[in-house]
Amino acid sequence: MENKHRALGLSDQQVLDMYYYMLMARRVDERMWLLNRSGKIPFVISCQGQEAAQVGAAFAFDRTKDFICPYYRDMGVVAVFGMTARDFLLSAFAKAEDPNSGGRQMPSHFGGKKYRILTGSSPVTTQLPHAVGMALAGRMEGKDLVVYTSFGEGSSNQGDFHEGANFAGVHKLPVILFCQNNKYAISVPLSKQVACESIADRAIGYGFPGVRVNGNDPLEVYRVMKQAVDRARAGDGPTLIEAETYRLVPHSSDDDDRAYRSREEVEEAKNKDPIPLFANYLKAVGVLNEKKEREISEKVMDEVNEATIYAEKAPYPSPESTLLHVYEEKQK
Amino acid sequence: MAMISYIEAVTQALREEMLRDQRVFILGEDVGVRGGVFRATAGLYEEFGESRVIDAPLAESAIAGVAIGAAAYGMRPIAEMQFADFIMTAVNQIVNEAAKMRYRSNGDWNCPVVIRAPYGGGVHGALYHSQSIEAMFCNVPGLKVVAPSTPYDVKGLLRSAIHDNDPVLFLEHKRCYRLIKGEVPDTDYTVPIGKAEIKRDGSDLTVFAYGLMFHYVMQAAEKLALEGVQTQVVDVRTLYPLDRETIIAAAKSTGKVLIVHEDNKEGGLGSEISAVIAEECLFDLDAPIKRLCGPDVPAMPYSPPMEKFFMLGPDKIYLAMKELAEF
Amino acid sequence: MEKIVMPQLGESVTEGTISKWLVRVGDQVSRYDPLCEVSTDKVNAEVPSTVAGRISKIVVAEGETVAVGTLICYIETVRETTDQPIAPQSPQETQETKQRYSPAVLRIAQDHQIDLSKVTGTGAGGRITRKDVLAYLEGSSETNASVEDQDSPTSQEQVPTISSIKDQVIPISPVRKTIAERMVQSKQEAPHAWMVMEADVTNLVAFRERKKIEFKQREGFSLTYLPFFIKAIVEALKEYPMINSEWTEQGIVMKKEVHISIAVAREDALFVPVIRDADQKSIYGIAREIDQLVRKTREGKLTVADLSGGTFTVNNTGAFGSVLSAPILNPPQAAILSVEKIIKKPVVIDNMIAIRDQVNLCLSLDHRVLDGLICGRFLQSVKRRIESYGEGTEIF
Repeated sequence: MENKHRALGLSDQQVLDMYYYMLMARRVDERMWLLNRSGKIPFVISCQGQEAAQVGAAFAFDRTKDFICPYYRDMGVVAVFGMTARDFLLSAFAKAEDPNSGGRQMPSHFGGKKYRILTGSSPVTTQLPHAVGMALAGRMEGKDLVVYTSFGEGSSNQGDFHEGANFAGVHKLPVILFCQNNKYAISVPLSKQVACESIADRAIGYGFPGVRVNGNDPLEVYRVMKQAVDRARAGDGPTLIEAETYRLVPHSSDDDDRAYRSREEVEEAKNKDPIPLFANYLKAVGVLNEKKEREISEKVMDEVNEATIYAEKAPYPSPESTLLHVYEEKQK
Repeated sequence: MAMISYIEAVTQALREEMLRDQRVFILGEDVGVRGGVFRATAGLYEEFGESRVIDAPLAESAIAGVAIGAAAYGMRPIAEMQFADFIMTAVNQIVNEAAKMRYRSNGDWNCPVVIRAPYGGGVHGALYHSQSIEAMFCNVPGLKVVAPSTPYDVKGLLRSAIHDNDPVLFLEHKRCYRLIKGEVPDTDYTVPIGKAEIKRDGSDLTVFAYGLMFHYVMQAAEKLALEGVQTQVVDVRTLYPLDRETIIAAAKSTGKVLIVHEDNKEGGLGSEISAVIAEECLFDLDAPIKRLCGPDVPAMPYSPPMEKFFMLGPDKIYLAMKELAEF
Repeated sequence: MEKIVMPQLGESVTEGTISKWLVRVGDQVSRYDPLCEVSTDKVNAEVPSTVAGRISKIVVAEGETVAVGTLICYIETVRETTDQPIAPQSPQETQETKQRYSPAVLRIAQDHQIDLSKVTGTGAGGRITRKDVLAYLEGSSETNASVEDQDSPTSQEQVPTISSIKDQVIPISPVRKTIAERMVQSKQEAPHAWMVMEADVTNLVAFRERKKIEFKQREGFSLTYLPFFIKAIVEALKEYPMINSEWTEQGIVMKKEVHISIAVAREDALFVPVIRDADQKSIYGIAREIDQLVRKTREGKLTVADLSGGTFTVNNTGAFGSVLSAPILNPPQAAILSVEKIIKKPVVIDNMIAIRDQVNLCLSLDHRVLDGLICGRFLQSVKRRIESYGEGTEIF
């Protein structure tokens, strides 16, 4: 097996870290489903199947300089940018210590200034113009920064995608538009969502490159993303990257995907689950062995278990705190 | 002190704040080279360059959204909606994003954006260049809505809006742009957001107004004074959140209240002011609370007699005030 | 004659400057021929004629700036211009015929115990307005509460210096406030003079002692001395009607009717209900009236009618044990008499010492209206009558 990661400038440790983050995102996700199905948390929205695309993409950025405006499936991305298992579980339980929103938002509405993650909302794609605005601001201040924003293929139909992309293109801003095309917008399949061949083709309309990539290969995604980020840092403007992935689970805990897709299709996709595939690659190039795999797995499970216990015990925000932070506190 | 027009007050405030703080910048349609279709940003492109006075593509949601992102980052953007009538596509960004950013992040992020929009009629603008849209935004906690009436307040409030660490919707009455002139000092003064002002005192009746209507009310008050009626006129200034304290004190002082606004009657700002007064001032009311407003039709039509019918003029206002005074 | 006005060249433009006239007086113009060049801060344009005709007068000169709509020149045409008729006013709504009181009016009336039937309404359809009630208060001679204008939103109240933790601040009730204001006003307006006379009521005392049990059984309330005193006073007032008067700017008004105000103390305040037409009542009648008024006072059921119209006040200070007091006039009355405590005293009769029941009658008078001579005579009359009460006096 050819060693792809060295050629990309990634060290052995870095790809092991990639694996760790992918696994962590998956295990947290699975734990949240279990908690939901056992009645402990009311809502989960999931990322299973998309970890490779997310982690591969996130690694191309500079976590000390860049900002991200993710969407609600980006567990892998925000994990790379610093969200811990504990953070995820606190958010799932809506506890006061949740760094995203203090329990005010549903889980997976990521945000955290310390992690350089802009706070997000539920209406889709609104984060795209925000990312453009951050890129504009950074450039106005002469900063070396690139902004990441992501969305699903359904969300790429929103006006905000087109308006934001156009603005970014006109002003040649350092922003990367990352579309995770997982073939379904809840229940609506790609064929009913989009008329063009590929989302990436839309970039032509906005004057910048559009690139398609296999979202199940984290190194491929990394390669393409790194190119785009370097381009942006050099002042050459935005890139639209479309990662082809698959959502292995329903849209959220309120969705039943048996209504709109066959079990065979899902099974087939599970055979291409990117996490075991990446583990195989890592073993093939001698970076990972059974022992190390077990170690990483145990480490991840320990973190997830500790996080679950911690979050379940953690206190809720006080009811009266509902009234805080409408405006800056000094003015009432 | 200089005597300047309402629109000059806008330009001056923008210019002085851009000089004072590098983080302040403007974006909108035609704001740069053209200086704005009303020329509110005249001269700023020449002085500050295209990087700080940005001619944005024709997309209101992006204009708002990009400004919101830049504000969250830490800049002080001022986004212009060319006409308030076109703000609708940006409502999602303003209401769901800007207004809720601080609250949803539990105080971690905030959004110090200003969104300016010319509103109001009397310029033969018809249905889509004359609307008053304030009521739609005046129950969005996290947002502030400001509508000054005089050049002094325009400059002071725009400065305050730019300094404010929360999003402010800054509504400018387009008919007032060149019609209204006033004295404006060249000091660094600001006018606080959240405070109404009693611009004329009197003991016979209290009239609440803002925008162009404020000036018509003042004219009518002058006329009534010659007949021995003393009108207390309150310039609302901040439409949301309302200055309940001033509203209550003013209503209690005369017991007779008239609210005048150009916007449609049902669901307009008069409803909220009336409710506050009804809740707090029942035993000081000497007459039912009155509202004189635009009729409940979608917007003012183009044809002159129809526009005139819709708009409140000094005569209609005078008659309503007189009737209340005599009640 | 066609009037050409400064047009509105551009949205939100409010004035224009005539930069150049392209026609002169006497020139013939066709419709749409340019008349002048106008510059505004948005656009520069030529103003076309709206009619065909002859330039008859140029009103605004070159270089002048005028508001949109200002007349700039006249063109003589064949056609007459007609002014637009003014839209008719909407018809007046028919007024409510019933007398409705607004919350503000009711509140002020309640706070100051004002009888709204006495207030003149200047509002629409004769409605009593808040201002009407406030004006009534200011000019009122019955109750003198001050008009509290809410123009001063935060008037600091005088906070008494609390020197020790034992000092207690009692908030001033509306009634206390009213009393205070009336007392101040009375003392400030009327120059008070004071006269005392002593009366021998030994016979009255004996008579009452004999009658009181039977009276109580028959009538259900006690027969006190006060009705006797009031009877004597009322008769003396008929003899000296000048005492039953009041000072006004228009003149001293001698009141025909005799309504006696009596002071009734309650725990918290002093009330002054009125025995109306006391001159038409017997001693029993007066006694009965007193009983009812005192009851009403204690129960808080006094009406505005009960409290108004008094022409002379009698104060039963003897009930507290006072032997001498100088009462404050009850404006606008000219005199007030306090009946002190009846005490046994040694007096000289026929150069011998006897123990008699004596009582002091203290009269305060408005010295603008009355003087010592007439008051002395009045008191003499009261004394004479009260000294004559005893066996044989008709109560009923």
